[in-house]
Amino acid sequence: MNTPTLFGLCAVALVGVGLYGLIVNPQPLRKILAFNLIGSGVFLLFGAIARRGAAVGMGGDPVPQALLITGIVVAFSATALAVALVLRLFDEAGSVTLAPDAPAEPPDA
Amino acid sequence: MTLALAVDISLTLLVLAVAGWIIAVRDTFAAMIGFVAYGLLLALVWVRLAAPDVALTEAAIGGGLTGALLIGAAARLRGTEAAARAEYPGALTRTLAAVLAVTVAAALAIGVLALPDPTPTLAPAAAANLATTGVGNPVTAVLLAFRAMDTLLEAIVVLLALLGVWSLAPDRAWGGCPGPRRLVDPDGVLAWLARLLPPIGIVVGLYIFWIGADLPGGKFQGATILAAMWLLVIWAGLADTPPISRTWLRVLLVAGPLVFIVIGFAGSITAGAVLAYPEGHAKPLIVAIEIALMPTLVLTLALLVAGAPQRIPPQ
Amino acid sequence: MSLVLDIFTIVAVSAGAFFFLAGTVGLLRFPDTLTRLHALTKADNLGLGLVVMGLLPQAEWPFDSIKLIAIWLFALLAGATVGQLMARAARREQTTP
Repeated sequence: MNTPTLFGLCAVALVGVGLYGLIVNPQPLRKILAFNLIGSGVFLLFGAIARRGAAVGMGGDPVPQALLITGIVVAFSATALAVALVLRLFDEAGSVTLAPDAPAEPPDA
Repeated sequence: MTLALAVDISLTLLVLAVAGWIIAVRDTFAAMIGFVAYGLLLALVWVRLAAPDVALTEAAIGGGLTGALLIGAAARLRGTEAAARAEYPGALTRTLAAVLAVTVAAALAIGVLALPDPTPTLAPAAAANLATTGVGNPVTAVLLAFRAMDTLLEAIVVLLALLGVWSLAPDRAWGGCPGPRRLVDPDGVLAWLARLLPPIGIVVGLYIFWIGADLPGGKFQGATILAAMWLLVIWAGLADTPPISRTWLRVLLVAGPLVFIVIGFAGSITAGAVLAYPEGHAKPLIVAIEIALMPTLVLTLALLVAGAPQRIPPQ
Repeated sequence: MSLVLDIFTIVAVSAGAFFFLAGTVGLLRFPDTLTRLHALTKADNLGLGLVVMGLLPQAEWPFDSIKLIAIWLFALLAGATVGQLMARAARREQTTP
């Protein structure tokens, strides 16, 4: 067992934990959080592969590392958009339920 | 070597424990604070994976900015917690979800254990061409020279996300200021910190931006620190978010990607390919793009956290 | 000379780690918000201070040393301010339940 394999397996477990939370937790905000866990697991797996590509004195392959920075920034902006959607839903409906049979509440006047 | 592996194993267990706790804990607000701790632990993992640039980005954006965004949203949605708990799915759904999660993880684990050896790597290619870019940090060279297309599209994606957030404003608030007006004790601790920290924080942010050419660091990490300083001043009530109809704001938001596109297409004339740099001029052009992108990134990152416009625009 | 410095580093960093351990135990064991904050700020101030002090002989003079000391000062500033803010929020919640 070496470091990249260990963190690769850690990344895999994070994807599993995040996937479970995404399905089970009913709150939209918690689903966004779980989705971020899945995302970080994917990033970590990519990072472990980058570490395996260490060569010519570099600690890891710089191409995946640069793409990871891009990915983290894009994940943040997607999260911000999702959170803004949830907050707008809350402002309009007074609740944030995703249940299909929830009673439609009239928006506050 | 075994000591280092012991550190890695305990770090892995800690990351997994915090991740499990984030999913399992009842209180959403606590889960969000757990996510910040999780981001910082992941930054340590990135250091162990010899990726200091990614570690800085993870700590600043993955933990810090995302954490601030989620904590703010959780505080606003606190009233909906009790109703949501009643929707918690039954044992059957939970079991099926667990089976699915374990299956997916197991399939991925088989993939991890079957990775090819030796791993294909672009590190030698990056090292061979590093000198032509004039920058010393290979990650920066990839971001702004070898894979500049990704970075350009990323800058545009982040801007599109901001437009998406803004478009969620109620009609009457369009063009107004994002977020609520913060009313904080002007002599309080927060206002004191917001006066003391920004001058130092701006220097640190610009330093990390500038050092990124040769050492770990760069515009995303530096821009995040500057955005955090601006948000601190806003949240302490010392300044307000600008109305989104301001011309200077819109010009600065577009300036970064625009300069990137102009220099990129100029490359098709001067260097024979879009986003290529003429020989010997790579470094100044990269620096020009980075300086133009910096204000765009600072404003976009901070305004993404600030959220949709909520107040009626000034006359 | 370098042996003395190494021993100093080991002793100071171990002492710092002890304060972090004590602070974490306090965070988990103390009964209310204010005492938990007290435990936490001790860990930050003293623990990090000792770790930084222990690392100084190993760091490159002058820039790495200055950065290390700056990190400690920032942590002190952030710890003190956030501790104040959290204590205030806790008191507000107590008085207006």
